[in-house]
Amino acid sequence: MSAVKVFVPCDSASLAAGADDVVASLLSECAKRGLAIDLVRNGSRGLFWLEPLVEVSTALGRVAYGPVTSDDVAPLLEAGLLTGGAHALRQGITEQIPFLALQERLTFRRMGITDPLSLADYETHDGWQGLKRAVGMSSTDLLHEVTHSGLRGRGGAAFPAGIKWKTVAGTAAGQKYVVCNADEGDSGTYSDRMTMEGDPYMLIEGMAIAAMTVGATQGYIYIRSEYPHAVATMTRAIKLATAAGFLGDRVLGSEHAFHLEVRKAAGSYVCGEETAMLESLEGKRGIVRAKPPLPAIEGLFGQPTVINNVITFASVPVILARGAQFYRDYGMGRSHGTLPFQLAGNVKQGGLVEKAFGLTLRELLYGFGGGTRSGRPIKAVQVGGPLGAYVPEAQWDVPLDYEAYAAIGAVLGHGGIVVHDDTADMASLARYAMEFCAIESCGKCTPCRIGSTRGVEVIDRITGGANRATTPGRSQGELPPMGKGAPKGDRGGQQWEQVVLLRDLCETMVGGSLCAMGSMTPLPVLSALDHYPEDFGLTSDDRQAA
Amino acid sequence: MPEQLDTLIQQHRNQAGGLMPLLHAVQAAYGCVSPEAVEPIAKGFNLSRAEVHGVISYYHHFRSTPPGRTVVQVCQAESCKACGSDGLMAEVEQRLGIKAHETRADGAVSLEPVYCLGLCAQSPAMQVNERMYARVTPERLAAVLSAVEVAA
Repeated sequence: MSAVKVFVPCDSASLAAGADDVVASLLSECAKRGLAIDLVRNGSRGLFWLEPLVEVSTALGRVAYGPVTSDDVAPLLEAGLLTGGAHALRQGITEQIPFLALQERLTFRRMGITDPLSLADYETHDGWQGLKRAVGMSSTDLLHEVTHSGLRGRGGAAFPAGIKWKTVAGTAAGQKYVVCNADEGDSGTYSDRMTMEGDPYMLIEGMAIAAMTVGATQGYIYIRSEYPHAVATMTRAIKLATAAGFLGDRVLGSEHAFHLEVRKAAGSYVCGEETAMLESLEGKRGIVRAKPPLPAIEGLFGQPTVINNVITFASVPVILARGAQFYRDYGMGRSHGTLPFQLAGNVKQGGLVEKAFGLTLRELLYGFGGGTRSGRPIKAVQVGGPLGAYVPEAQWDVPLDYEAYAAIGAVLGHGGIVVHDDTADMASLARYAMEFCAIESCGKCTPCRIGSTRGVEVIDRITGGANRATTPGRSQGELPPMGKGAPKGDRGGQQWEQVVLLRDLCETMVGGSLCAMGSMTPLPVLSALDHYPEDFGLTSDDRQAA
Repeated sequence: MPEQLDTLIQQHRNQAGGLMPLLHAVQAAYGCVSPEAVEPIAKGFNLSRAEVHGVISYYHHFRSTPPGRTVVQVCQAESCKACGSDGLMAEVEQRLGIKAHETRADGAVSLEPVYCLGLCAQSPAMQVNERMYARVTPERLAAVLSAVEVAA
C-alpha cells in the first residue's frame, strides 16, 4: 500500500490552535494501525476558523477536515480519513470550500498548497518564472512592467511601486539596497506573516527582481520579533535559495549579484515607518527621520534604497510571470490587482481573502466572514490597522478601493479588517488609540508625543463627566479657538468644550506630525466620535454643536 | 560571562548596523542585556554608553533585568480586544497573582502585555514562553497555564 499524503500546516496560527498535537496523534495512531502516511507540513490556506485544517490527498483532490484536535484523530481514522471518508469535521474538497473558491488568489495562489521550504514544490507551482523572465530584461523594461501593472505599495501609503523603483534606479551610487519592511505590527493583519511562513521563496523572488531592476546587490528583511516562526523560516529559505543559485554572486547564473539577510526587530511599532526602520537597521533607536531626503535617494547607510512591504514584493513575481496587463486588469479605478484582505476580531469565519479591489466590506463581513463569532450584530469595523478609521454600517457598501476609501475619510492600509460586535465601547477604543500612540510614539515630534497623552486625558474628561472646564491657571477665554456656536450650560456645555478641544488636538496631530503614527491616530479617534457619539456620553445636541 | 560577551561583540562589531543583532544575541545568551554589559558593548562599537543604553531602553523587546522563568504574554491589541482580551488579562493576573509588567517575587513568572502576535483571525491570543495559543477564552485558560506550572 502506497503512503497517503496528509497535510497539516506549520503556520503559527495553526500551531497556536494545536497543529503539533494533531501531528503527534496522527503519527502515533497511524503507526498503531499500520497505516502508511506521507506527512507534509504545508502553509495555511488562511481559513483560520478551520485550523488545524488536515487535508488528505485523494483521487478527487484534497479533502479537508477541520478544526481537528488531537482527540479527533482516532475517530477520524476510524471514519476513513485517509480515503476522504465521511465525518462531522469533513469540509469537502478544499478548493471547493466557498470561502476559498470565491477568492481571486494571485499572490496567495500557492498558499497552503506547498511545503514552504521545498524548492521543488515552489518550482512546480510556477515559482521563479518571474525571476527567470526578469534576468533577460533591461532595467528600463522591468521598470515599465512594474509601473504598467499599476502595483502600489501594499504597506499602507499606496505609493506606486514603479515610480519608487525608478527613483532608485536613476540615482547613481556605489551601493544600493533593497529593504523589505516586514514589521507587520497592525492588529488584524497577518498576510506578511503567512507569506514568510507559508511561501517564503515568493518574497525572495520579488526582492531579487527589485534588486535587478534598480541595481542593488544587498537586501534586508526587517522582521518583527513577535514572529519567531517567520524569522526562522525566512532565514532557512534564504540559505536554501542561495545554495540553489537564486541568490548570491550570480543570480540564476547572470551578472546580477544579490545577497539577502534577515534582521530581527525589537518590538517597536513605529519601526514599521520606513525611516524609523532604517535607523533601526543601522543599529540605532528607531526614530523617524524627516523627509526629504527620500529613502529612495538617501536611504540605508545614506545610499539609495528601495523599501516596500512583504505583499508589495510578493506581488511582483506574478506580474513578471504573467505580464503587467494581466495584473492590471484586476481591480477598479487606480487600484489595480488584488489585496489580501485579512478578516479578524469578532468574526465567525476569520481568515485571509485575496480579492481584486472593488468588492465591499459588506461582502467581506457577511459573504466571507459569516457575521460575528458572538452571534451579535456587527457594530463597528476598523479597516486598515490601529491607525485606520472605524467604519459604520452606513459605509459598508463603499467599494474597497484606495480612492473611494479616502473619499470617506478612511484608509485600506495593509488590508486588516477588525470586526467589533455591539458590546464594543467606542469611546474606550478611541482612548486606546491615543494610549497606544503615547506608548509607541518615537518622541521626535511634539504633536505625536504630547498630543497622544493629552488626547487620553481629554477623552477621559469627555467620558468621565468629571469635566474640568479650564485647566488651572488658564481662563476659559484662552482655550484654543472653539469654532462655531456658544457653549451650553453645565456638564453638557463643558463636555462640548472638551469635544471641540479633542477635535482641535486631532487637527494639530494630523497637520503637525512627522509620520503616520501621529498624523493617523486621529482617524480611529474621530471616526469613533463622529459615528458613535452616544458611547462618549454625548447627546444629539452635543453632536450638532460639536 | 565576559568572555562570551566579548566573543559576541567581536562577531558583530564589523557587521553593518550590527548593534541590534548583537543585542539580540546577548539577550539570547543571558536572558537580558544587563547594565554591566553596556560599557564593553559601547567600547566595542565605538559608541558612548548613553547611545547603547538609549538603544536598549528604546525597544520593548530588550530587557535590563532577567525575566521570570516563564514569560506569559497576553495580546492587548484591537482584534483581541474585540474578543474579550481585557477580561482574559484580568483572569491571567488573578491566576498568576501579579499585574501586567510584573515578575512574581519567586521569579517563576513574568506577565506582559503584547501588541499583536499575528493570530488575529483566532483572537484572543497569548504566548507562554515560545509557545503561542489562539482562541484562549478565560474558560480555556486553565489548560494553557497548567502546562507550565505557573499558577499561584
